[in-house]
Amino acid sequence: MYTTLIAVQTLNGLQLGIILFLIAAGLTLVFGVMDFINLAHGVQYMVGAYFAFTFTALTGSFTLGLLLALPAALIVGLILEVLVFRHLYDRDHLEQVLATFGIILFLNQGVKVVWGASPLYVPVPELLQGSIQIFEGFFYPIYRLAIIGAGLGVAALLYFLVSYTRAGMLVRAGATNARMVSALGIDIRRLFMVVFGFGAMLAGFAGAMVAPILSVEPGMGDNLLILAFVVIVIGGIGSIRGAFIAALLIGLVDTLGRGFATDILRLVMDPSAASQTGRAIAPMLIYILMALVLIFRPSGLFPVKR
Amino acid sequence: MQQSAPAKPASETAPAAPATLSAAPRFRAAHVAVPFLLFTLFAILPAFAQFGAEGYILSLVMRVMIFAIAAMSLDLILGYGAMVSFGHAAFIGIGAYGAGILMRHTVDDFFIQLGAALGASALFALATGALSLRTKGVYFIMITLAFGQMGFFFFVSLAAYGGDDGMTLRTTPQIFGQDWLAHRHFLYYLIFACMLGVYFLLRAIVRSRFGRVLRGAKENPVRMQAIGFSPYRFQLAAYVIAGTICGLAGFLLAHQTEFIAPAFMTWQRSGELIVMVVLGGMGTLHGAIIGAAAFLILEEMLSRITQDWKLIFGPFLVLVALFARGGIMGFLRRWGLK
Repeated sequence: MYTTLIAVQTLNGLQLGIILFLIAAGLTLVFGVMDFINLAHGVQYMVGAYFAFTFTALTGSFTLGLLLALPAALIVGLILEVLVFRHLYDRDHLEQVLATFGIILFLNQGVKVVWGASPLYVPVPELLQGSIQIFEGFFYPIYRLAIIGAGLGVAALLYFLVSYTRAGMLVRAGATNARMVSALGIDIRRLFMVVFGFGAMLAGFAGAMVAPILSVEPGMGDNLLILAFVVIVIGGIGSIRGAFIAALLIGLVDTLGRGFATDILRLVMDPSAASQTGRAIAPMLIYILMALVLIFRPSGLFPVKR
Repeated sequence: MQQSAPAKPASETAPAAPATLSAAPRFRAAHVAVPFLLFTLFAILPAFAQFGAEGYILSLVMRVMIFAIAAMSLDLILGYGAMVSFGHAAFIGIGAYGAGILMRHTVDDFFIQLGAALGASALFALATGALSLRTKGVYFIMITLAFGQMGFFFFVSLAAYGGDDGMTLRTTPQIFGQDWLAHRHFLYYLIFACMLGVYFLLRAIVRSRFGRVLRGAKENPVRMQAIGFSPYRFQLAAYVIAGTICGLAGFLLAHQTEFIAPAFMTWQRSGELIVMVVLGGMGTLHGAIIGAAAFLILEEMLSRITQDWKLIFGPFLVLVALFARGGIMGFLRRWGLK
């Protein structure tokens, strides 16, 4: 019984970690390459989920919905880049915070106006409905496994792109020293735009993937944004590998912490104190982890060498 | 512009901030006239409020002044010290809970509550500041966020004090055994006096040798070290001062709204405080007051016009970031008060 619970929570943690990675990958590149604090990255995840809802409803197929949601999320990202972000790349961090905070307000309200304030639900695609038995007495929803699989696939693709293509090489070079890349005759503005659009699309993909298992609602990206920041800071800003490892770490710590903190504390405390402390500690765990990492490794676990 | 890309913290340097340093004499007029006007306005407002919806106006302006205190405290570390704290709202929460928890246990003496609120804020600032200041730049932003979130979840878990929902304060604290705080105008002028006191205290701090070291550490920490200062101690002291003052704002907020909740200290709140400071113009102190006023009054007015006021307010912030460098004060400086 208990093993099953641990297995379920571990897989849930992995799934959260994968989603976090999809969001954090774009964020860490935008941050690392352009030195740009994009608080609006979370709303891009939300926008992806809303697009998935609409296109799934229109076409009647989740696969088609997902495929249409990706370019739509990309377009929203590029519009924001052209209208706002590109004018702020070489500005102060705080002005970036101001502008992207404004975009959060706008888009959170915007989806409320367009889609209404109440949560929306996307049906799980028929092919992936139901659960699968992984071992004796342990069932796990197929769709959640599909999320893990898709996320790992994207991670592998990203690894290939960043490590073995010319664009990836430029991105890595940009994360190390963007001005030098520009000085070597690369159109840095175009590189920034590509990185930005790609990051927005990844966040949108994450949103679309979770739409069938979470409710799609305004503000759904806000808390994930903060988690994604935690991830990229622990991983080291600009490092995809760091983001991947940190995302899985955060996903697991958060999920397992919420699941088992009280039970573990009960071993050393009386039950009521344990449940009180457990409730307090569980959501704090990831922040404690981040603070510890930063105290001992002030540039994250995998700092990009400059 | 990032004039000096290799030194990471230098990118925090606002384009507008050095202007207040180098060209200070030229802006003396703005430095005296604007705060004077502001404070006069706040001082005489209750006399005019009776012609309108008095209770509504007074409570809105009290809110403005309270957040002005919080924003000024953030301006000290952000505008003068280049320490971008993304967890500053935690101190509002700690100050508010300092008042609320004591009230719950029928400790209703004003000064004991105030002492507890400020003491708790100062301690939290000292502990978190000492650790946070080991990091720099963006990592500092994120570690302060982490501590802010820890504070938030801590109070969410306090089921005895309302947990997620917070709790209502049913009585007002006693000053020398008197129930003065129950009078609206007394509370108004108490908050006004606090704001005035905080302004002049911070003004004195940034003018002092301490403040100059702080600004020097913002401009160039390496050079400060080379001439024999240890920025860490100065920055930590500034962080504790800012946290304590923000705790005062939280304490006042608890008594003004007669309510406390973890919602006071979400990360969005911390973001709003940053927005207020940047909107007003950082590194000016009175800019923080203007920013707080502009933010809250615009929010109030727009939300009366339309339910979807954020559709207007969001792009407004974007436009300020894009076109009004140095926020509202920077704007005034360029167009009005040259």
